[in-house]
Amino acid sequence: MLRGGPTAPAVFEDSAMKARVTVTLKSGILDPQGKAIEGALRSLGIDGVASVRLGKVFDVELDGADRQRAEAALKDAAERLLANTIIENYRIDIVG
Amino acid sequence: MKSAVLIFPGINRERDMARTLKLMSGREPAMVWHADTELPPGTDLVVLPGGFSYGDYLRCGAIAARAPIMDAVRAFAGKGGLVLGVCNGFQILCESGLLPGVLMRNAQLRFLCREAFLRIERSDTPFTRGYNAGQVIRVPVAHGEGNYVADAETIARLEGEGRVLFRYTTPDGALDPGWNINGAINAIAGVLNDRGNVAGLMPHPENHVDPSIGPTDGRGMFAGLTAHFAQAA
Repeated sequence: MLRGGPTAPAVFEDSAMKARVTVTLKSGILDPQGKAIEGALRSLGIDGVASVRLGKVFDVELDGADRQRAEAALKDAAERLLANTIIENYRIDIVG
Repeated sequence: MKSAVLIFPGINRERDMARTLKLMSGREPAMVWHADTELPPGTDLVVLPGGFSYGDYLRCGAIAARAPIMDAVRAFAGKGGLVLGVCNGFQILCESGLLPGVLMRNAQLRFLCREAFLRIERSDTPFTRGYNAGQVIRVPVAHGEGNYVADAETIARLEGEGRVLFRYTTPDGALDPGWNINGAINAIAGVLNDRGNVAGLMPHPENHVDPSIGPTDGRGMFAGLTAHFAQAA
């Protein structure tokens, strides 16, 4: 039986775990992009913005339902590729 | 001098580099694919050229730094082999941990395609022996992320150990924020690893070697490297 259109994502509710890895610049690291966004917000007349730092979000779907293994794999991924720990911090959240 | 030029998807300066290596050393370099796991036997110098490996996705050089060939480069450098990274190649060396620090977005947020003046900080390395310490050379730059950053401790160590090889200066060799084109800490344009065998820089000396197209200030680097191996042989 056809379920969903051809563009429907393959979601396996039972076995997949979802996680979010958030990568942010360490404090003290100059963020010229954040500064430019800050300036643009000011020119839009948006009040009360003291500063902006730009970061990255990775939404990851994992095979299997073992939470500990997932956390270990994501830590490995963040340390070895997703973040450059010289300049960036990362946070891992298992979201479901 | 037997050199090897690495090719990653999205690299686009490998031919310039190969042409310069051939011109200056008299020997055609081997072109080595990123998915290879070995360098050609007898390689003297590995060069990571400029370009936009993997479209600069994630961070410049981040994905190329994890390519299979990089394990071979790490082993080669571990045995004292000479490795040079230019532009994206420098970014890849930093991402792979072979050089300290990281190249961030230019402070002015603009891609720079122009000439810069570089002061050679020391001439007693294989990469700079073709120059005099304090000499200023004129070389092209073409990058959006060349703003060298490292923590204060790393910068202090680099400076203390004389591992800053090149700095952006005025044409007279003076430090001036107006001539530090991308806002790099201490106007750092290129650095050396602790062992003295891995070097990286953002500018493109390989593009200033042929008098028929302009200045030849880049020749010193490749002439020096060639002389280094001629002497060793």
